[in-house]
Amino acid sequence: MFQELQRGLPKLPTIRSYRAMTPLKRREMREGLLYISPWLVGFLIFTLLPILASLVFSFMDLRITDGITSAPKFVGLANYEQMLKDPQIWSLQSGTRGSLWITLFFGMISLPVGLLLPLAIALLMNSRHLKGQMAFRSAFYMPFIIPFVAAVFLWGGMLNPETGWINRALMAMGVPRASVPNWANDINWVYPTYVIMGIWGIGNAMLIFLAGLQGVPTDLYDAAKVDGANGWQSFWKVTFPMISPVVFYNLVLGVVFLFQYFLVPLVVNQGTGRPGGATMFFNLYLYKTFFTFQNMSYGATMAWLLFVLILITTVFLFWSAKYWVYYAGEKRS
Amino acid sequence: MASLATIKPRRAAKTLLVTSFTLILLLLFLSPFAFMVFTSLKTPEQISVIGAPIWPAAVATFEYNGKELDMYTVPMNKCEGSEDSNDTNGLALVKKGTRASTFVDPDDLARGEFVCQVSWRALDRPWQFSPTFSNYTEVWNSINFPRLLWNTFFYAVATTVGVLISCTLVAYGFSRFDFPGRDFLFVVLIATIFLPAFVTVIPTYTFFQRIDWVGTWLPLIVPTFFANAFDVFLLRQYFMTIPREMDEAAMIDGASRFRVLTSILLPQSYPVLLAVTVFHIVYAWNDFFGPLIYLSTNRAAWPVSVALNTFNGIYGQKPQLIQAGALMTLLLPLLLFIFAQRFFVQGIVITGVDK
Repeated sequence: MFQELQRGLPKLPTIRSYRAMTPLKRREMREGLLYISPWLVGFLIFTLLPILASLVFSFMDLRITDGITSAPKFVGLANYEQMLKDPQIWSLQSGTRGSLWITLFFGMISLPVGLLLPLAIALLMNSRHLKGQMAFRSAFYMPFIIPFVAAVFLWGGMLNPETGWINRALMAMGVPRASVPNWANDINWVYPTYVIMGIWGIGNAMLIFLAGLQGVPTDLYDAAKVDGANGWQSFWKVTFPMISPVVFYNLVLGVVFLFQYFLVPLVVNQGTGRPGGATMFFNLYLYKTFFTFQNMSYGATMAWLLFVLILITTVFLFWSAKYWVYYAGEKRS
Repeated sequence: MASLATIKPRRAAKTLLVTSFTLILLLLFLSPFAFMVFTSLKTPEQISVIGAPIWPAAVATFEYNGKELDMYTVPMNKCEGSEDSNDTNGLALVKKGTRASTFVDPDDLARGEFVCQVSWRALDRPWQFSPTFSNYTEVWNSINFPRLLWNTFFYAVATTVGVLISCTLVAYGFSRFDFPGRDFLFVVLIATIFLPAFVTVIPTYTFFQRIDWVGTWLPLIVPTFFANAFDVFLLRQYFMTIPREMDEAAMIDGASRFRVLTSILLPQSYPVLLAVTVFHIVYAWNDFFGPLIYLSTNRAAWPVSVALNTFNGIYGQKPQLIQAGALMTLLLPLLLFIFAQRFFVQGIVITGVDK
């Protein structure tokens, strides 16, 4: 999907090029635009206009409750000043760490798991020694379609400190009752808890990795074998370059997802930030600013910060792709 | 050099090893389902007992003289008349006492009632498999589950219709019409995937509130009629695999562009149309954030996902009801997946792997 984005922005037509078109071509353009008009209109109303409105809001002082007739109050850069000084976003102190650092810190733990685990399972699925590959593939994907809240409750039950199976298994293996983890209620265990709950979301990435692996021509492995490569070398010299487009795809989606992570803390810890403020993710803080404290303009300012951060990160990733993502044949799709 | 005779058993052993390892991994991966089913079949009594079995069970009872007596595991050497015995038997408790209690042996009723020098509180109790189905009926009735299911179903169907109509038209425009600026617009469409939700949600929510749509289904349904990147991409990729010569032949015969879509492309595209349908039904069924922000003030319109979230508050101490509710919520997407897994897999592969 992202290969479309990697060729850089295609040129926009100019008025001169439109004038030079034949009537037949113009008609095709009108008809084509008519067919894509549902998206064009939707993009304007539900995407472009709101983005710009957010930007305008961020220079104002607005509450959701403000009446439509109340005069707009422009406050210049006051929201940005407040945001840059907000300890709830930037604080580095361990007890009261800011929500942005919490998000980044959790991303650092979660992203490697979210990429390596589906890759490992896809490699296992791709093994010629595995019988029943199709059934396994469906079964490992399946939890992905479970309703999010239900999945969180299932794992919440599994990880219940008293009655959950995981602590029961730990105790059965000899861990004393006093030292089993308190999972979602323990400041040191709450991130691992979220990572474990996220394991059920690997299905998508796993299927895409597997499709990438199945697309690697087997004669490349044979050639590597003839050249005397061991398993490790043939993975890094053959498999990885060949599946680098799907690695890139999963990486970008994972990064964009983790920047916006907040539904799990909203459901598991009721959006309170408990234990000890450790789960006050950036988007959760943003959600509460807007929906709980009804502060539209500060919410919009934070949303724009997030927008810019994601933009910078994805642009960086797309730039880096030139150096490590390999598209076989580079054919236009 | 291994001979042929040794290669085959070695391969078989490897297959056995890899397959059984994967199977164990899968069982661990799916174990929360077993937890859910087991817990949803338990009684509150079992939940509150520490050391009760993980499978749904009840304390064994024995009917004696018209009364249901609880069973306990008793070391027989503590009982009068069997001081030399090394057995532990399951006995029914007739009369409770702090130091000595009266029991009867269901396997040896002829022995009659006898006293054992044990504190009944310290005894283990034999459990027997005994699933309870009342948790499902309790959840079904107490939170008006049929209403929630209907709301969710309505939401899923209405938005799926919107997605199918709009995304088909847009994908047709992107795949079959050549015009300057098309590729630029397509890049913009794909780039919307990276947009953080809140940057558009804040103004959109405010707008919907001003026109009194918050608390209704409209803010959730209407935008689906304006296409989305994921489904347009999926449909476009599929349309592009259908040879254009067929369109051209139809157009020479006088078919309009719209006729080409309905008579040439759509009949050949049923796999991808089904993929979009199942994806979207599951997406809408599971959607939590949208209904949470737009419907939280209107209880009567809640879908199951939002109602389930309130379970933690209502049933915090009743995990059996939480798990029963979770099971009832995930049943439909699960069944849909089991019957349509081929379309799920194909759809995901198309979006992730550039061909």
